[in-house]
Amino acid sequence: MLKEITILSFGGQGGVTAARILALAAVKDDKFAQAIPQFGAERRGSLVKSYLRISDKEIRRHSSIREADVVSVFAEKILKIVNLEDYLKDGGITLVNSEIGGDYCINASKIAIELNLVSAGWPIVNTAMAGAMAKILDISLDSLIKAINETFHDKLAEINSEAAKKAYTEVHKCNQ
Amino acid sequence: MKTIMTGNQAVAEAVKLSRTEVIAAYPITPQTVIVEKLAEMVDSGELDAEFIRVESEHSALASVYGSAVAGKRSFTATSSHGLLYMYEMVWWVANARVPLVMAVVTRTIGPPWNIHTDHTDILTMRDSGWIISMAENVQEAFDLTLQGFKISEELNLPFTAGMDAFQLSHTSEVVEILDQETADSFLPERRQCYVFGEENTTIGSLAPNECTAKLRKDTFETMLKADKTIDKVSKEYEEITGRNCGLIEEYRIDDAEYAVVMMGAWSGDAKDAIDELRKEGIPIGLLKLRYIRPIPQKRIEKVLEGREILVLDRDCSMGLGGIIGTELKSFMDDITNVIAGIGGVDVGVNELTKLFRKFSEDKLKDEVIFLEVI
Repeated sequence: MLKEITILSFGGQGGVTAARILALAAVKDDKFAQAIPQFGAERRGSLVKSYLRISDKEIRRHSSIREADVVSVFAEKILKIVNLEDYLKDGGITLVNSEIGGDYCINASKIAIELNLVSAGWPIVNTAMAGAMAKILDISLDSLIKAINETFHDKLAEINSEAAKKAYTEVHKCNQ
Repeated sequence: MKTIMTGNQAVAEAVKLSRTEVIAAYPITPQTVIVEKLAEMVDSGELDAEFIRVESEHSALASVYGSAVAGKRSFTATSSHGLLYMYEMVWWVANARVPLVMAVVTRTIGPPWNIHTDHTDILTMRDSGWIISMAENVQEAFDLTLQGFKISEELNLPFTAGMDAFQLSHTSEVVEILDQETADSFLPERRQCYVFGEENTTIGSLAPNECTAKLRKDTFETMLKADKTIDKVSKEYEEITGRNCGLIEEYRIDDAEYAVVMMGAWSGDAKDAIDELRKEGIPIGLLKLRYIRPIPQKRIEKVLEGREILVLDRDCSMGLGGIIGTELKSFMDDITNVIAGIGGVDVGVNELTKLFRKFSEDKLKDEVIFLEVI
């Protein structure tokens, strides 16, 4: 079955990288996957959309995702500037980097700060969010860690893996 | 090895596996990553090649023109305005029958400034004598680049491997990359096509008019039979990889009353749309063009014979029609031609399903329909 996921992030948070890491992890789980960055507006601080498709069968389409099965929101502030329903299929689910809000929650910023995953004062939440998304999308933690280790090296690989593991365990259904 | 890669990365891998000896390039979005990757490979010693940094696209193609004439396997890449800036050299390379490969990541020509895909840029090469291919997915971008060197060197015609901006160039998807040994078994060492004697030789010098006409006729005739070389090379490649990359692909068209003709990344969305319509019992299929030059007229006619035909173009000849539609009309009758997706306007499975349904209900009957959005 085809699952379509839209990631909403601010430029610099690592939304594009998260999509690619999850696609790689899904392939390691013997699935087909595709990660598409929505180009045009990627600059630090602006809203960036990235798309992820996962399927048991070859993925042939290359257009963007208009109505996703899952929308992953990398910053609570994004909820103030977009209407999530515009990005969601009927019955689709949301994951938000937050203590509250969305169908599923994970405090990815807190995880990133605790692990000192900070750049220019910003917590880099992509691997924590990838951990939480992997859990929701049924991607194995093992494959995710492998994908992270192929993307980052040495100490960076280690702490990003740690962030993913923590979020994978901590992500939970949210009481709105 | 199966992994995920963007189209740009996959093309760089194919160039490396082809043991390319000279690369010259000038950056332009969305092609830049191809030559950045190659520069890294040359820098790390992974690829034993000369990387020439130049001040313009014109010089990029001029540089590989020189290296290819000297007998070296050569590569460059560009997009849109870069392609137009090297346009003089596009013709020079073709008319001098220089075998080399260029990746063209198709991007809308401005203004307005636009970095997204349509196919008008690559189709400006249509009449020049280049072999022109167009990939549907990242795998085909890899496969066509690797085969391009062989086809180009057998025909002494330059080869362009086309792929859509971002939808392929920047999209990571599953791809199988050959190992070096397998690539070597497919692609022989570069053969020098020019014979130089003891005397000084000039390439591209002044010649009598009749000589020019003779050379053009020879290129024309080579292009006419280039389909046989592509058949041969794609068959050899299929034997090694199991993947066919021939001139056309037929999808659910055997029993189709309605046939759609198109090329590029959105053909994948079209296949999904066709599956949807088939579920509704609509007998529709796809003829995907993997090459626009050579254009396999007889094969296209045979596949489309007796069917209603819709040519869907992501490109435009002003006031006349889509460029592929115009091509097909030159040898076939009763073609419906729709232009869409210009300037990178997103056309996905839902839009194509709607459009194809209308086509099957005979509701697209104008001569040429230009859709800003579907």
